Amino acid sequence: MRRALASPSLVAGTAIALAIVLLALLAPLVATHEVAAMDMRNRFALPSAAHWLGTDNFGRDLWSRMVAGARISLAIALATTAGAAAIGTAVGLVAGYFGGWVDLLLMRITDIFLGFPAIVLALALVAVLGPGVTNVALSLVVVLWTEYARVVRAATLVLREQTYVSAARALGASPARILLREILPNAAGPIIVLASLGLGTAVIAESALAFLGFGLPPPAPTWGWTLAYGTGFMREAPWLSIVSGAAIMLTVLGFNLLGDGLRDLLDPRQLTRAAGASKRN
Amino acid sequence: MAAGETLAIVGESGCGKTMTALALMRLLPEGAEVAAGAVRLEGRNLLALSERAVEDLRGSRIAMVFQEPLTALNPVMTVGAQIAEAVARHRGLGRRAAWAAAVEALGRVRMPDPAARARAFPHELSGGMRQRAVIAMALVNRPRVILADEPTTALDVTIQAQILGLVAGLQAELGTALVLITHDLGVVAEVADRVIVMYSGRKVEEAAVVGLFDAPLHPYTRGLMGAVPRGRGGARLADIPGTVPAPAALPAGCAFAPRCPLATARCRAARPPLTAPRPGHLVACWECGP
Repeated sequence: MRRALASPSLVAGTAIALAIVLLALLAPLVATHEVAAMDMRNRFALPSAAHWLGTDNFGRDLWSRMVAGARISLAIALATTAGAAAIGTAVGLVAGYFGGWVDLLLMRITDIFLGFPAIVLALALVAVLGPGVTNVALSLVVVLWTEYARVVRAATLVLREQTYVSAARALGASPARILLREILPNAAGPIIVLASLGLGTAVIAESALAFLGFGLPPPAPTWGWTLAYGTGFMREAPWLSIVSGAAIMLTVLGFNLLGDGLRDLLDPRQLTRAAGASKRN
Repeated sequence: MAAGETLAIVGESGCGKTMTALALMRLLPEGAEVAAGAVRLEGRNLLALSERAVEDLRGSRIAMVFQEPLTALNPVMTVGAQIAEAVARHRGLGRRAAWAAAVEALGRVRMPDPAARARAFPHELSGGMRQRAVIAMALVNRPRVILADEPTTALDVTIQAQILGLVAGLQAELGTALVLITHDLGVVAEVADRVIVMYSGRKVEEAAVVGLFDAPLHPYTRGLMGAVPRGRGGARLADIPGTVPAPAALPAGCAFAPRCPLATARCRAARPPLTAPRPGHLVACWECGP
């Protein structure tokens, strides 16, 4: 605990991430206006006591839209990260433990997914599946699981040679039990670190899709789309793009600091090795 | 082997002791295979059984104690949970009953305050206590055979004696046969009934422990005995020159010939078969046989 408090990046990351998660959870309470309420007499209002962050081209309150957008971004990021981590971990465990042709097959499939530029693949998938929270999350899972697979495979290759794994086999443990009870808990460190960094990646990816018009369709108050249409009003209301861009940046910064802090806190040696194996793009 | 018997397998580093134990458990690493022979346990050949069937036997009929107790325990599980897992696996007991059996097993290996120690993680225990936990794990299902791979090498000398005494006591109590793998002839003399001396992956001599210590036949065995420090006196320890040959570069004849003081042309040309110059005493040597 003392070691955790001594790491500035962990403290800062936790604080930022916690603040944004709280805002998202309490969005209906902290919002000052109806998200979709238009007020055409108050278009492009400057930040004021009534509209903390000003209004947009329809006179909609930007603060209320930002906290509502936090909900969307975090919900998609969480679902994406959980899905990607689950799939990637399963693939990595199986490939690393069984080795041989199983490993070969699973890792070549991973390579195929890695071969596509991530955002282009996600765009194509959303275009096929259609918009919606589930479909956006699903397409992001498809492009983001590979990193977990490679890191977990690398960790499994090390862990399966440990004596306690042989000891478990000498006590009659089946492969499934060894994977779930012996190897997975010992590989939890890298997975947790990767997942906290992955939340940041997912927020960026979701915002990028929204920016390009492939996220949730308007009037959903996504950060990415606010950033995109805000660029059209840079003269009249520069705060639209600045605020939404800052929201994205701050969130990603928070998760990245959190992940870096956790990496330093958990076994650093094992992680650098795992990260080396997962260098991508 | 008979119930309650202790068989020691001795030899220097790299001669195949650990591999023998892993082969007996059918746990050889990838790339290693049992080329010939059979492993019989209660009339069944382990080498012919399916993987699933062997899993059922491991930990229940045949168990293993590893050399390094710290690395043989999962660092993220309490020792009680690890032992309980072995119980639940083979006896189909519920969570609570398995835990009780784990605590009881820790008590049987004289772990002080077993109920509290069961909730400890491996890093919270001392080396001796860890090895007790590992032994408890191997014994908890009362296997017929225990393979102990250098169980005392990683421990302090004082703890070594305690652990050996403990194992011998439990063995007598449970009627378990023990295969003790070691390079420590002092340990062999103390606990073993029968001894197999291995060199470069092969058995070179086998005898009852008394026969072997009284009249070792193979020059390698004699070399090992010469390398044991004994009593007072400043006499220099005899060593065996050279090292065990790599498995890939085995000499054509007797594997020990390059280091053997008695080696002849015949030794270098052909591998000696196992013969029995005395009843119950086997040796593989051209020069020291009958």
